[in-house]
Formats: sequence, structure tokens, C-alpha cells
Amino acid sequence: MRIFDPHIHMTSRTTDDYRAMYDAGVRALVEPSFWLGQPRTSPATFLDHFDSLLGWEPFRAAQHGITHHCALALNPKEANDPRCVPVLDELPRYLAKDGVVAVGEIGYDSLTPAEDTALAAQLQLAADHGLPALVHTPHRDKLTGLRRTIDVVRESVLPPDRVLLDHLNETTVKEAADSGAWLGFSVYPDTKMDEHRTVAILKEYGTGRILVNSAADWGRSDPLRTRAVADAMLVAGFTDDDVDQVLWRNPVAFYGLSGRLHLDLPTPPDLHEGNSVLRGGE
Amino acid sequence: MLTEPTRAWLDSALGEAATGTPAWEPYFVAAGRHCGPAHADEARTRLLRAAGAGPDTLARLYHHGTAAERRAVLLALPALVPGPEALPLVEDALRTHDTTLIAAALGPYAATHLPAHAWRHALLKCLFTGVPVTAVAGLAERAAGDTELARMLIDHAAERTAAGRPLPDGLSRVLALTTPAEES
Repeated sequence: MRIFDPHIHMTSRTTDDYRAMYDAGVRALVEPSFWLGQPRTSPATFLDHFDSLLGWEPFRAAQHGITHHCALALNPKEANDPRCVPVLDELPRYLAKDGVVAVGEIGYDSLTPAEDTALAAQLQLAADHGLPALVHTPHRDKLTGLRRTIDVVRESVLPPDRVLLDHLNETTVKEAADSGAWLGFSVYPDTKMDEHRTVAILKEYGTGRILVNSAADWGRSDPLRTRAVADAMLVAGFTDDDVDQVLWRNPVAFYGLSGRLHLDLPTPPDLHEGNSVLRGGE
Repeated sequence: MLTEPTRAWLDSALGEAATGTPAWEPYFVAAGRHCGPAHADEARTRLLRAAGAGPDTLARLYHHGTAAERRAVLLALPALVPGPEALPLVEDALRTHDTTLIAAALGPYAATHLPAHAWRHALLKCLFTGVPVTAVAGLAERAAGDTELARMLIDHAAERTAAGRPLPDGLSRVLALTTPAEES
């Protein structure tokens, strides 16, 4: 079984997690830039975070046989802090990078005017750079937030089929599906979705445009929930091909819209005996 | 082997680079997705050489670069910077824990310019992080007769032995290189 986690914050996870993910079948992931838990106070710390997602973290993932791509953005929460907003001016040079397969995660947190502005500006940046957008839906006042998100996407130049609406649940899936966007479900131990509710939604809405992620970060979360969904799908009567579509081919199709997805990672490099670190280094 | 569309892309990029205007820099950034990861280092270093990038341009591209772009800058240093001006880039790469950057930093440029203390620590870092010492340019020449390096290697071996751990690959080989050749 091959698994692509389309939304996980590996910066917050340990090497043990990478190992367990590999053992569970995870071979590729996308890490969106995000709020670090401690509020930032300047654009410079965003740039260090972006550099990490384009340098250290892909290297770390590769040590465990997992390909790492990223999505970059000003996150919704910090879009409200005027000290952070100037990072929008730095984003264009980062969005040109290999390894960046989307703008994200963007969207709403508290549904403020500042978030309106940042969301619209970054949907435009996605269109300018030929990238799709990972748009999360807010934790509070979710249905209102979803509707406002869909409105802003409709007003943007980015077609809805280049948008992934994430953190959906039973109350938001129908309107999200009607919008024409890709549908993301984050599966958590306590909050968001669980694997059985996700399977129920897959039964109702089909496997065509649904992506499942762990969204694991520094909070109570679990990087193996993607595998749990795959197992629950099989128990519920879905086929191996259905599982492959949801857990692999759909994320590949969505992020492949960037034209920058490279999934040809060799087997985990053996730094002591192999020559992989020398590749291209002669 | 480069495919035909990739070759055409690279030819056009090299043409831009040769004009001496900054219009080639987006090609440098996007080389990975156009040439594929296996050919990106070569494409980027060729672009840097075609543009004749000097120390200031190289420093800017390095500091604005992904790990792959930084690696290409490091690989291009011997061809583009005759003096020690670019050493801060090598030192930056040697502070990382990314073995692809460490290996790229220890090419002929470091062999020529990196001061002894930093070079010895870089070598020890290779042993720590698993970068094969065969990746280090000028290893035999710089190690020859370096008694301080020999002391560091012997101390490291003692620390590993005391912990009941095996010696890293390459340690005994480098240690042997530090011994001056016997006079005949």
C-alpha cells in the first residue's frame, strides 16, 4: 500500500514518526507552512521556516525514504498581525522554487478583513505562479467560513478545480463539493474527522475528488491516521484500487497541477555504504 | 541523458546566462523541475559558469536558494572564485547537517582555501554524519603530516571505543594519510 499524506507538518514531528510513517506505507507528503504555536514577530522568521521546508526537512524525509514537497504562504492566523503581513512581498521569489507544489495553507481563522485581503492576494499569487492552492476551513464558525471561502475563490482568477478545501466535515462537505473544489479531510485522534466518519463520507460522495490527510503537527495528532483510513476503507468494502485513488492518486493529481511534483525518490539512502550523497557532487 | 525538450530548455537558459543580464536567474531556480533532480546540479553549475557569476551573485543566489540551489553554488565555486571571498558560503554549508551540502562544500575550493582548523572539523563532521571521506577533495594532500588532525582522529577513536561503538568508516584511512611518508 502506498500513501501520500497531502497535509502534514513534519517540522513538528520526530524521526521516529518518519520511520513509522514509512513502515505504514507513506512514501510522499506535502508540508504546508503554518503557525508554529508561538506567534512570529517578523517576516524573517517566515523566511527561515520556508528555507527549512525547502532544505532541511526534505533532506530529513529522504533519509527515511519519503519524498517531501511543500506549500508556502502567510497563514490565516498571522495574516492579522501587521508585523507579519510584509512576508507577502517575499512570497513570489519562494513560489518560483522547485519543491513548492501549492500556495498554502491559506484560508480563514477568525474571518477578519485582514484575512479577506491575505486570502485574495494569495489566490492571485497561486494563479500567477501556476500553482494550486491548499485552503483550510476555519475551526470556529466553520460553515460561515466555508461559504466566505468559496465566495473569495469564485471572485479569484484561480479555477475551483485548482483549489483543495481542507478540514471539511459532515456539515461542510456538501457545499464544498458543489463548489467544484477538491475535498480534504483531516483525521485526528479527538477533533476534526475520524477514520470511520471519513469512510462514511467516502461512501456518500465517492472517491473521485477526496483527499485524506493527518494534518499532524505539534498538537494532539497522529501521522498514521492516513493508514487508519485506508484500513477502515478496506474493512468497509472499498477495493485496493479505491484506497490507492484516495491515498495516492488523488493527491498526486492535485499537487501534480503544479508541474513540479517529483516522486522518483530512490530507496532510503544508506549514508555509510551508498553513494547517494555524492549524486551530482563530482 | 537529457531528453530533447530538456536540452532545448537548457540551451536557451545557457544562452540567456551568456548575455550577462539577470534574466537567466529564474532558469537557475527552476532547473530541477525542467531537467529532473538527477541533472539539476549539472544544469545549474553550467548556468553559473555561463553567466560568469561572481562572488556577490553567488552569495545572493546561495542565501536565497533551496538546498539544491545552494549545492550548485558550492559545486561551482572552484571554477568561478579564484580567491577566498566565498569561504563564508562554505562555512555556512559546513554548519548544516545536510550531508549533500557538506559533501558539496568540501570540493576543491575548500581544499584550497579552508583554514586548517575549519578543515579538520569538517573532516571530523564527515565521519560523524556519514559523508564518505572520498567526497573530500585534496584529502591526501591536506592530511599529510597534519599531527593535530591525527590527534583529533585518535581522540575520536578512543571516544567511540570507550562507548563500545564501531569506528566510522574512513577514520583509519584518514589517520593513515596523516602519517608522513617514511624517508627512504
